[in-house]
Amino acid sequence: MSTDLVPLAVLMFAVTYPSRAIGLLAAPAVDRLPRRALEYLQLVGPAILAALAAVNVMVTTVDGRPSFTVGLAWLSVIACIAIVAWRRNLFLGLGAAVAIAIVGRLGGLP
Amino acid sequence: MSLIAFGGAAQFAAIGFVASGLAWSAIVLLTLLLNLRHALYSAALAPWFRGRSLLERAVAAHLLTDESFALAIAHFRRVGRFDAIGYWYPAIATTLVPWSLATFAGVMLGDAIVEPRRFGIDVIFPSAMAGLMVGLISGRRELVAAGAGAAIGVGVSLAISPTIGVIAGGLLGPLAGLMIPGAEAAANEGPRAP
Repeated sequence: MSTDLVPLAVLMFAVTYPSRAIGLLAAPAVDRLPRRALEYLQLVGPAILAALAAVNVMVTTVDGRPSFTVGLAWLSVIACIAIVAWRRNLFLGLGAAVAIAIVGRLGGLP
Repeated sequence: MSLIAFGGAAQFAAIGFVASGLAWSAIVLLTLLLNLRHALYSAALAPWFRGRSLLERAVAAHLLTDESFALAIAHFRRVGRFDAIGYWYPAIATTLVPWSLATFAGVMLGDAIVEPRRFGIDVIFPSAMAGLMVGLISGRRELVAAGAGAAIGVGVSLAISPTIGVIAGGLLGPLAGLMIPGAEAAANEGPRAP
């Protein structure tokens, strides 16, 4: 196994860690934030997770150009959302999402 | 790379860029952009980490991922306070260890899986993110923030790039949520003083 990429991993850590630490290391200063800012922070989680999921299934990049895409992954994600909302069980939702993808692709869907 | 950089999306991207011969400086810059969303996670978790030691917060920061953030913040909101196991268990037992083992397995056995899409592997990440998001929806504000985050994320992704789109969705989505008059003002359900 090659270790050629270890220096790259260290560089990636060096640019990633500050983003991860900036809020947590400033935690004591959070008390001084206005209430509206705290409300904003509480909404970051749903917004960014939704953005991650939506961008992942709706946008594909071909030759460096992003384009809108419709595919079986939409159905998988929607099924997962419905099952998690209904049964409060993420594993069940993920299982259904994967099953839909496998069956759909066996049936020739993109 | 999984232990040092520990960033799923950035690792995926980096491997693709390395394979395509992109310069390391460009890969590092793209990693920075791709992982900027962690600053939002970090800021959102900060109120719950009030009173924790600097060392604990510093180590927690390294283990902050999409998954550990979503699981931990949902747990904190459910119990109404910081809970050490509620952070370290998802960060280590359900993210770091499985990710590292799976990466190792992928290096060793990856060639055997000719077409991962046939096994639905490509839908696991977006489905997990969406499922984890559902756990954070407790009222109209969160719902609007999520919907706006998704719409803005896709729109900006198409106009600029997916990396910028995700960050834009995470930054601007909550502003839409704040426009909803909040019976459930999130600050009221924030952490109790440790």
